[in-house]
Amino acid sequence: MSNAPVNNGRRRFLTVATSVVGGVGAAGAVVPFIASWNPSAKAKAAGAPVEVNISKLEAGQMLRVEWRGKPVWVVKRTEDMLSGLAEHEDKLRDANSEVEQQPTYAQNRYRSIKPEIFLAVGICTHLGCSPQYLPETFAEQVVGVPSGFMCPCHGSKFDMAGRVFQSVPAPTNLVIPPHKYLDENTILVGDDSGAA
Amino acid sequence: MWKNLLDWVEYRIPMMRVANMHALQYPAPKNMNFWYVFGFIATVVLVNQIVTGIWLTMNYNPSAEGAFASVEYIMRDVDYGWVLRYMHSTGASAFFVVVYLHMFRGMMYGSYQKPRELLWLFGMFIYLALMAEAFMGYLLPWGQMSYWGAQVIISLFGAIPVIGDDLTLWIRGDYVISGATLNRFFALHVIALPLVIVILVFLHIVALHEVGSNNPQGINIKHPKGSLKEDEKTKFKIHEYYTSKYDIIDDVVPFFPHIVLKDLVAFTVFCAAFAYVMFFNPEMGGFFLEPPNFEPANPLKTPEHIAPVWYFTPFYAILRAVPDKLFGVILMFAAIVMLALLPWLDRCKVRSVKYRCGLHKFNLALFVVSFVILGWLGIKPATPTYTLMSQIFSFTYFAFFGLLWLYSKNEKTKPVPARISK
Repeated sequence: MSNAPVNNGRRRFLTVATSVVGGVGAAGAVVPFIASWNPSAKAKAAGAPVEVNISKLEAGQMLRVEWRGKPVWVVKRTEDMLSGLAEHEDKLRDANSEVEQQPTYAQNRYRSIKPEIFLAVGICTHLGCSPQYLPETFAEQVVGVPSGFMCPCHGSKFDMAGRVFQSVPAPTNLVIPPHKYLDENTILVGDDSGAA
Repeated sequence: MWKNLLDWVEYRIPMMRVANMHALQYPAPKNMNFWYVFGFIATVVLVNQIVTGIWLTMNYNPSAEGAFASVEYIMRDVDYGWVLRYMHSTGASAFFVVVYLHMFRGMMYGSYQKPRELLWLFGMFIYLALMAEAFMGYLLPWGQMSYWGAQVIISLFGAIPVIGDDLTLWIRGDYVISGATLNRFFALHVIALPLVIVILVFLHIVALHEVGSNNPQGINIKHPKGSLKEDEKTKFKIHEYYTSKYDIIDDVVPFFPHIVLKDLVAFTVFCAAFAYVMFFNPEMGGFFLEPPNFEPANPLKTPEHIAPVWYFTPFYAILRAVPDKLFGVILMFAAIVMLALLPWLDRCKVRSVKYRCGLHKFNLALFVVSFVILGWLGIKPATPTYTLMSQIFSFTYFAFFGLLWLYSKNEKTKPVPARISK
């Protein structure tokens, strides 16, 4: 046993140095625990694009398909629905779709590539419920607007282009996913490469 | 022989010392009324949840494909499986009934005031952990309400600016709620959170026994050493851990057997009520088990009307009272944070509502009414009338805390007696 005098400066340095190295090691050890919560390779692979055939869709009808586990709506809008879109724009939060909830090719009044075909992710931008399609009874929700979407969870309302009305909890318009037409009646949801 | 064995153990682990300190010679105010049984009953419910929970995991299948069917299997094919499941589901609601009454007791008698701030905070952490535990447990049956309830709650985190979307993706582990979400919630529900809750309960009790129990009159039973005359001190044998630091006044009884026996009476009454719900009304009219949950989860279709289980509805009503996503989420969490801040918002030196001013009594009543009506509004659909009502009562809910802070500083209180009256 050495009886050399205690070197406090050296002790403090060693304490701090080991603490820092130990802290870095602990932080590194946390990484796998945090990162393992990210979507797995399998979940990512399941997010592949899906094809939709709309040849049998009648005017006013809605078709639901699943993309990345979410409902995607395809609605063939009637002439009345399309002409109605211009009439209530003063009641909307974001009538011109300025918030980026859609690809640039869908940033128009109809929020779609072809005016009559509306395609959107059927998930309310508030807290993720799936709104109901009310083609005939929406006027009960917003006076003077005959058709639209109404979320049963917290009462958010959207028009036939998925644009959100004012004074509801949802902050933004419905999301339009990337999509493109493979031919007249086939849409590919989730991939728009080469289309835009 | 028996004495020798006890001595042998005591020499190695402080068994009798702890029993004496925390039960046989623990000084409890003699005027503790029935409001003081809910801490004990909450512990009983916690044990019930742990035991029935362990048994449920023996037959439950935590996967998106098998979860719903395995719950039905437990209900129909496992011997007494339905008893275990109903004990667990009824226990979840009973937990919140008991905890809400326990918290209200604390608010009524000022049990959060100095020196019980940490005790109150540990309680609030237990409450938070309990809400997380209940929420994650509710996903496990993988019914429609499980699925969409979880969807709504996880989306709350999406309201956080910038990182919101990535955070919800990270919590779910998938682009939507899926088997990955179910499995991690199962792990948290059966291992992580119960551990956290048990540790917090332990700390809650340690903190309680350090500062001592409050009582309906909010009168101190511990006095500075040497301040009491011999005949004012309690005649009961109190552990020297307390008597070496304080003079204990003659208004206490030892926790065991006096308080424990009273708790056991309450336990009997509680068991009767619990058994009634469990055997005759386990769904409690859709409040304890919601009807849409008898349908398997369907990611493509939201049920017509979504409402959380009853114990979350007051906060849910506050959430949707606000027509702005981020602010609504902030306000909902603020509603819980305000409760945690009570020890610092209430600046009055008098604890019990009995000796406080009329305005305080009115304010406390207003809080209870707001909380109950918000709870009722939370199960109603979001019509304009109900939304307006939610806004009004969210306002009165928060007004309670603001008013309390304002008037408590210079409150006109009644004189508090020096001794607990009989």
